Amino acid sequence: MSEEHLPIQLRTEALEQLLVEAGLVDPTVMDKFISTYANDVGPLNGAKVVAKAWTDPAYKERLLAEGTSAIAELGFKGPQGEHIVVLENTDDVHNVVVCTLCSCYPWPVLGLPPSWYKDPAYRSRVVREPRAVLHEMGLDLAADVDVKVWDSSSEVRFFVLPQRPAGTESLSEEELSGLVTRDAMVGVALVGAP
Amino acid sequence: MTSAPVELDIEGVAAPPRSNGELVFAAPWESRTFGMAMALYDAGAFAWDDFRDALVARISAWEADPPEGECYSYYACWQGALEDVLAAAGTVSPEALTARGDELAARPAGYDHGHDHGHDHDHGHDHDHDHDH
Repeated sequence: MSEEHLPIQLRTEALEQLLVEAGLVDPTVMDKFISTYANDVGPLNGAKVVAKAWTDPAYKERLLAEGTSAIAELGFKGPQGEHIVVLENTDDVHNVVVCTLCSCYPWPVLGLPPSWYKDPAYRSRVVREPRAVLHEMGLDLAADVDVKVWDSSSEVRFFVLPQRPAGTESLSEEELSGLVTRDAMVGVALVGAP
Repeated sequence: MTSAPVELDIEGVAAPPRSNGELVFAAPWESRTFGMAMALYDAGAFAWDDFRDALVARISAWEADPPEGECYSYYACWQGALEDVLAAAGTVSPEALTARGDELAARPAGYDHGHDHGHDHDHGHDHDHDHDH
């Protein structure tokens, strides 16, 4: 590859110049996408989905049956969200999501993936030894819990519906959404009580 | 997966954060290559599956033979995939890209162009290279 001697900053800058000059890319459109994914689309969206599922059984049923359309009910849709499958964590089953081949991720509900999700170590190891990886990330599951690892290596994007923590019966949907973390919706953490 | 590093990077750049508070882009160039791909895709320049295939190929090539002393960078693979897709479509040739990159590299030292003050939204269209003559 002849371009490899160039520092990455110069490669991106050179490519952007060429594309803009050719009229193929509008910098303001670029800026809009960057700003949207840097500031607006993030795990807060997913947290709202989870909180609604915890408080509205009919919604939860729709969410588990047809993730994409149930998520779109709350206004969350877009690239990388065309086919979202929601996995419910229970007392018996704990789901963890990975993309072993690249870093596919349900952008509309979680935003862009964090660095650890993209890291080769996570992507290769969580499939082989999920409990060890989860332990290193601070999550120890009971021995009788079935750990399932889901590889987003097709057009499907997986999203974990974490368990609602005990002692939160009196919290509102909005208060509940404040408890839900991104890591819990990937399956590398649990949602803690407030 | 072949010889991927086996240690989780607990404290370094890829450390697993335990909260939601992480910057999406670690450097301005990461945001630019992301924005380019999204704008091109949005304009119908390529099918997302083709881009993803190119991304998977770049990532697996890196992992099969990690360059010595080079940390893994998802967005560097992303940029490479974008270059591959555009080269395959005949949109931007590797030669044209290298030529422009070399021009940029030859700018005088101290040329302040946004790489160390947090934004670089203004390049590409408002300064006067003479490359298109």
